[in-house]
Amino acid sequence: MFWEALTLQLGYNATLVAIGATLLGVSAGVTGTFLFLRKRALVSDAISHATLPGVCLAFMMLVFLGGDGRNLIGLLAGSAISAWIGLLCMNWLTRRTRLAEDAAIGAVLSVFFGFGIVLLTVIQTMGVGRQAGLEGFLLGSTAGMLWADALIIAIGGAATLLMVMIIRRPMTIVAFDADYAAAQGLPVHRIDLAMMGLVMAVTVVGLKIVGLILIVALLIIPAVTARFWTERSDRVVMLAGLAGGLAGYLGAALSAVTPNLPTGPIIVLVSFGFFALSLLFAPGRGVLAAVLQHLKFQRRVHIRQGLLALAQGQKIYEPLTLRLLARAGLARADGVATEAGKALAAKALRDEKRWEVIRADQAHEATAALYDGLRDIETVLTRDQIAEIDRRIGGPQEVPA
Amino acid sequence: MSGEDFVPLSLTPLLIGTFAAIACALPGNFLVLRKQALIGDAISHVVLPGIVVAFILTGTISTWPMMLGAAGAAIVSVVMIEAIRRLGQIEPGAAMGVVFTTMFAGGVLLLEQTDTSSVHLDVEHALYGNLESLIWLDAVGWSSLLDLTALAGLPPELPRIALTLVGVILFIWVFWRPLKISTFDEGFAQTIGIRTGALGMALVIVAAISAVASFDAVGSIIVIAMFICPPAAARMMTNGLEAQIAWSVVFAGASAVSGYVLAGYGPLWLGAADAVSAAGMIATMSGLILAIAALWGPYRTRTGAPQEA
Repeated sequence: MFWEALTLQLGYNATLVAIGATLLGVSAGVTGTFLFLRKRALVSDAISHATLPGVCLAFMMLVFLGGDGRNLIGLLAGSAISAWIGLLCMNWLTRRTRLAEDAAIGAVLSVFFGFGIVLLTVIQTMGVGRQAGLEGFLLGSTAGMLWADALIIAIGGAATLLMVMIIRRPMTIVAFDADYAAAQGLPVHRIDLAMMGLVMAVTVVGLKIVGLILIVALLIIPAVTARFWTERSDRVVMLAGLAGGLAGYLGAALSAVTPNLPTGPIIVLVSFGFFALSLLFAPGRGVLAAVLQHLKFQRRVHIRQGLLALAQGQKIYEPLTLRLLARAGLARADGVATEAGKALAAKALRDEKRWEVIRADQAHEATAALYDGLRDIETVLTRDQIAEIDRRIGGPQEVPA
Repeated sequence: MSGEDFVPLSLTPLLIGTFAAIACALPGNFLVLRKQALIGDAISHVVLPGIVVAFILTGTISTWPMMLGAAGAAIVSVVMIEAIRRLGQIEPGAAMGVVFTTMFAGGVLLLEQTDTSSVHLDVEHALYGNLESLIWLDAVGWSSLLDLTALAGLPPELPRIALTLVGVILFIWVFWRPLKISTFDEGFAQTIGIRTGALGMALVIVAAISAVASFDAVGSIIVIAMFICPPAAARMMTNGLEAQIAWSVVFAGASAVSGYVLAGYGPLWLGAADAVSAAGMIATMSGLILAIAALWGPYRTRTGAPQEA
């Protein structure tokens, strides 16, 4: 059953929803990345909530003009206009008043949403049953998705992706270093607005599938997920698109095969699943990698300290040190050094002495700054320099038994 | 309007709305100054799964399990945000976005999966609250305020939110000096021995408590709006923290009263038959107040910033 959903064999509506959700996931992931890199992820929250009054006003206009009020293009246009107004309000509050961006986001979000709710109650009193389509914009509704709806989502998503591709370089520069971008003569403020405009476009396109509250998740989570896997911005963008698209596709398939599983929330949860996996298992930035890194570091410190103790003929009491030395073949279980251990211990002690010379010498100041008790001296000095230091220290001494 | 109509139908919602607004605006002052304004937003999203889980566990809509569930969810979310921020080295805004959207999605999903057809529990209810329905049926007029049997029939939300408000005021009054110092200069606060981490946590918990208590009565829209709009507007009026808090209380009360009145009677004045959402209207009024303050407030720009023409 699940396999059939994945291969789009579960009927017309399920196929439309799956394709729409995948496209939406890709464009939201890609667009959201720039927002995330600019450290303004929560702006999307303000934008998405600000769509509500526009949807309601557009609905009222459409009804007033004699339509049934459920024309998707009209509703989306209304939502785009009010989201844009909200965006401008937020920008104005941040730039022209003393409010910080988070307060501006919260103010726009709550006021626009509150006003939208007032309008929703007005619509409820206009005519019974007519508002049924609008509640779907809060949490998304895919049950009655039409071919035309899917087409709008596809075209909107593709157009957004194209725009991102065109202005991705200036957006990347602004995201990483706005001052540098300004010095380069880039219109930072306008690029920011363009970035927000793209986020708004994705939000508007996604209203139908996941609803205005959960579209925020599709903008933020894939970008954060992708950031775990790479340090290059172009790869983050691509991975975020991939993660978003996969989440949309799997989420749509899951909701198609399970009763009572609304599409929007399940897409968000699948997306969070990817995030949790990345948080735990990503190489480099993941939790598991960090734990391994820590263990490796701990091991190096113990072996180094153990070798120094061996070289100075001190007894080792720390069981972990003993175990590590024994496993590396440097000492026997009772703490007596093997031949290999004696050699390495002598070298460790000599290196420590070499470092001491370097750190006492002003001429080696830059090198001395690299001293952390673990670094091999050969990695920072040439053979000639080491030989020079050795001349100052004198010949090797015997390791005490 | 006469006391016979006003006291049973409008007095209690007005009081509850005002108390909730002030209870949120007070900690909101510090959150706005500390650039943590969106905590209110995050909390109001995550209480949904908490309430749904409490409902699934107890099987009834009763207040205490729900409030405990909501508070539990708020704590879980704060812990998760911190964990993601630290473990993944993610900026706080994005960490918050990841957590509250996921928990909200989980709440919606749980709600759809459980059979809640027999009870009144839905997402819309959580968003708008039901301020209009908190009426005091036992009252017959102003004289009921002194009548013990009538007072026993007060909606339970009123004493609860009043108690919360008293608690919030007490917290701010007791910790006034450390709160003020650590809000403006955390480093200095640490050097004179204030435990800023614990204090910041306490502030977030107080905010969460007032959010959950208000949420129960008036829905999440008011909570988010009142955490931010009145303090932000008050910030444009003055440079002193004491005066800012006084202004924010005035603004919160004004938005609650004017919003409630406009929602209840405004449509009637315009000739429409039905009232609109009071919660939404209160949020809208607070936004209007903020807009006015942002346009004409005496201290609206950053100190030293050039006045742009």
